[in-house]
Parts: sequence; C-alpha cells; structure tokens
Amino acid sequence: MKCTRCRAKAEVHLRAHNAAFCRACFVLVFRRQVERAIAAEHMFTREERVLVAVSGGKDSLALWDVLADLGYDTTGLYVGLGIGTYSDRSHEKVVAFARARGLPLRVVDLDATGPGLAVPAVAAATRRAACAACGLMKRHYFDVAAFEGGFPVLATGHNLDDEAARLLGNVLAWRRDHLARQQPVLPPTHPRFVRKVKPLYLVSEYETAVYAFMRGIDYIVEECPNAAGATQLAYKAALDRLEAASPGTKLRFVKEFLRSGRQAFVAPEEQPPQACVRCGMPSYGSTCAFCRLVDEVERRRAAAASA
Amino acid sequence: MRVHLRPQQRTVELTGRRSVGRLLADLGILPGTAMVIRGDVLLTEGEMVEEDDELEVRAVISGGGG
Repeated sequence: MKCTRCRAKAEVHLRAHNAAFCRACFVLVFRRQVERAIAAEHMFTREERVLVAVSGGKDSLALWDVLADLGYDTTGLYVGLGIGTYSDRSHEKVVAFARARGLPLRVVDLDATGPGLAVPAVAAATRRAACAACGLMKRHYFDVAAFEGGFPVLATGHNLDDEAARLLGNVLAWRRDHLARQQPVLPPTHPRFVRKVKPLYLVSEYETAVYAFMRGIDYIVEECPNAAGATQLAYKAALDRLEAASPGTKLRFVKEFLRSGRQAFVAPEEQPPQACVRCGMPSYGSTCAFCRLVDEVERRRAAAASA
Repeated sequence: MRVHLRPQQRTVELTGRRSVGRLLADLGILPGTAMVIRGDVLLTEGEMVEEDDELEVRAVISGGGG
C-alpha cells in the first residue's frame, strides 16, 4: 500500500478517508486536521493561554503534543484520581512527557483534596458508580483550575469515537439537554466558567493512537480498572461494528448531528447557572453537584465511624 | 509467530504466514480498533507477516482517566 500524498510505503490506512499515509505524511495530515478544527470552530488563538487536561492516555498527550508543536501557549492539568497503581503510572507518564518537552504542568491530587476524594473511596462511601463520581470531580477541578489560573480556554482530548459514543448514548435515551450541549466548543455560561473545546473531535481513536505511536509518546496503554463494563465502551463496540461494515459511519454520525441535528434540541430560554453557596462555582441549584457529593462523603463517613 | 496483545498482557503463538488483515480477523479484532506493530513500524492490513515474526497488537480504545 502506498502513501496517498507522496507514494512512499504507507504505514497507516484510514478506511474512513479512503487514504493511506507514510509516517511523515500522516503526522502532517493529523496536525492539519487538528489545526483546521481549531480554526473552523474558533476554539482559541495563539494569543490565548490554553489549559490542556491530560490523563496520561494517548488522546490527551497527543493533543498536548500537537498544540505545543503548533506553537500554542499550553499548560497541562493532571487530576490524580487515586486509582491505585493505574493513577501512579498515569501520573509518571504525564510528568515525563511535560519534563521532556519543557512544558508547564499543574497537578491536583484528589486523595489529598477536601476530606480525601480518591475515586475508589468516594465511590465506596457514596455507593455511586466510580465513573460517575470520577467525571463529576474531574469536571469540577478542571473548571476551578482554569478559572483560578486565569486561562480563557480548557482543551480536552475527546476524539471522534468519544463523541460518537456519547451521541449514541444521548440519542438512545433522548437526553434533549445533553444533545443541545454536545458540541466541540462550549461557550462559558457563567463568569467562573471558561470556554471548553475538543480539538480532536473529528479524529478517530485509531488516528490519535497512531499519532502517539509515530511521535514516540509514552502513554498508558492499559484501561482504567473501573472502565470494565462501562456503558460507553458498549456504545463504542457497537459503533466499531458499524464502522467496520461501513467506513466513515462515525464521522458522518457526528458531523451530520452537529450540522443539522443539534439545533433542534437547543431550548430557547435556558437559565444561566448561579453561584454555589459553598464554593462559588457555577451551579444550577443553591449547592453545586460537587459540594453535594463532598457533603455526602463526609456524612456517610461520619455515620460509618459512629456505627 | 508470537503476538503480544495489549492491554490484555497476553501472548499467543500462531503458525503460518498470513496478511495483517487475516491476522486481525483470526484474533477476532475489527479493523481500525488495533495497531499491528513489528519492531518500531506499523503494518497495514495488506502487509504479510511471517512465521518467525514477533508482533504487538495494541488496542486503541481509550484507557480511562488516570
């Protein structure tokens, strides 16, 4: 198989694009795709400081690599989830990545935060699904770090597969409010929120993995131990079968939703969030979901200690 | 050939020359969901792999949040 651009021997075949690339051309094309998404969706400019949420996985490190290489002013944000050796290894990967490239990195350690908020401990105390507690806490600390650090924009490594799986989940349950908010750029709806962007939203998981491999990025290949049985993985598996039968399905699903579907779910009068009475961060009730979670952890731990 | 599967941390031994596409099908892996790596090079599905090859088949699914 030959490279579509230069006719050298290809290393990667992208069935969705009906194209194949050698290493040099793939890296170039990948970066162009990301650059095009940033420009087309007005995600951020070279004058803005970008906080990049990094987990140690291929997507977020590939994103940070591309943005830094394209000359954007980036700072990494790693939230340590306290998931045993998995989190330890992820942290090591992120630190090594930042150090090797001389990039600034901020770290939040959930275990050392508040009453001790490591994901397994919070899930056990509240009997919530680990992924639900994890997502809620990560979102909170992303928002806090971006606001307190004075960053106008927060970038995450969500890729096409993530977006297609999320869209499928939202459609299957007809979550109108979630569908309305599913977009590559989420403008701030409160002075303490910053713009949230997904520069990889049109590149597949396969492409980010190939990019990370070709760039020699040492990422964590293992799955999060809490991910087994996660609904999102079931949606991804279903979409993988559709994609194998009809290449380009995921791309069409997401692009067409954004082009002609999403607008139908946007409510005309949406109430902006208010300030949480406890932490001051945006909230749709008097207390935000994060502070309610912390309350619940403290209450249940106190009850367990006195029993 | 020896095929190391990641992240499953499992190694399987297979006999017989075959294409990468055939290898993935034999392993029950859909195209576009794993990279096939020989040394430090990625292989496309039309490439042939030999009896004495040592390969890594690395799934590309997201690993969670760290």
